[in-house]
Amino acid sequence: MSAGNHDQPLVRHGAAGPRNLAGLAVVLLLAVLLIGGTWQYTRQRIADNGARQILAGISVVLPGILYDNEPNKDRVLQDTGAGRPLPIYRARRNGSPVAAVVTVSAPDGYVGPIRMLVGIAADGRVLGVRITAHQETHGIGAAIATEPPTWLAGFVGRSLTDPPEARWNLRTDGGEFDAIAGATVSSRATLAGVRTAVQYFNTHRDEIFSTPALPAGTP
Amino acid sequence: MTPDNASNSSAGQLLAEGLWWNTPGLAALIGLCPLLAVSTSFAAGFALGLASLAVLCSSNVLIAALAPWIAPRFRLPAFLLLIAALVTTVDLLFEARWFDLYGQVGLFVPLIVTNCLILARGESFAAHHGVWPAFLDGLGYGLGFITLLAGLGALREVLAPGLLVAALPAGAFFLLAALVALRQLVVSRRGAA
Repeated sequence: MSAGNHDQPLVRHGAAGPRNLAGLAVVLLLAVLLIGGTWQYTRQRIADNGARQILAGISVVLPGILYDNEPNKDRVLQDTGAGRPLPIYRARRNGSPVAAVVTVSAPDGYVGPIRMLVGIAADGRVLGVRITAHQETHGIGAAIATEPPTWLAGFVGRSLTDPPEARWNLRTDGGEFDAIAGATVSSRATLAGVRTAVQYFNTHRDEIFSTPALPAGTP
Repeated sequence: MTPDNASNSSAGQLLAEGLWWNTPGLAALIGLCPLLAVSTSFAAGFALGLASLAVLCSSNVLIAALAPWIAPRFRLPAFLLLIAALVTTVDLLFEARWFDLYGQVGLFVPLIVTNCLILARGESFAAHHGVWPAFLDGLGYGLGFITLLAGLGALREVLAPGLLVAALPAGAFFLLAALVALRQLVVSRRGAA
């Protein structure tokens, strides 16, 4: 079965003749055309998909909130503690701040970072939380992201005064929040992410709403 | 069993080769990396299997068509370049068409390029056969791979709520081992009969 038995090279081994080069050139050209063509064909759609996902995410973490701007375009990048700037989307009505959607990347997931969107009303109350990306174990830690988000709903209406900041922990850690059974690590990481968003919002509220929006098209 | 000469083997035999006799992951223990990492659910397994099938069929066809033009010493880089270009193409199409599913398995689609199954079929079969048998070979092996990925995914998805280990990567090894053993049992029974 070795490949050599079947080999009947039309060109001598070792000779970099014009025919070899032509063959390689065809392969190269084919590769360039394939990738270039597909990229051209798909890039608009991929960009639309990304934008649609952000829009959908924003609307689910701001349930029942009235705003008249386009939060996905009213975007700033700020470092909420992840070590790199992440987007914050602002929702306004008649120009005044109504709510913000803070992107958090909680570093301490069981498998890797857990990315989430946290919707926070102008008065500091949590409006909604959605996990946007995670690699938690299927069937265990992945329960943080199940739909409908029954566990995440436990954060809705909470703020840094309810419960007091020191009690923003899992019950096992002396706090007020239940962990998902069997998924303490994932629950703790998610809780820490929500807490980070709320803390950042409380201390940087004015900065969040007054920073000029990034121009459209910036990554 | 294993048809060595494609000119004597029918389309059915070519398909059966990849689907049963030499099933990737079960009989030929290659392509295990994505198999174990992605087979957490039926949908994820099926999606990555489909992407692999698309790459395998198209790379086999292109390699069969281009191999006569490329000297053996240049084949490896040329085939790898082709496979990488095809994987990138499939990756972009996947992200454009099935965005939600891409979120789950997207990480592993570019890694298809490192799946030795694809280079192995290209180098050991497609490069020495015509376009049509190469396509059938890719189809057979691709379908075999999908069946295993989706099947293992479904199995783990069903077992995970009651049997925690099934959800973990280690559980994938155990279940795969069980499937390999099962297949060996069937093959040896047949051989004895």
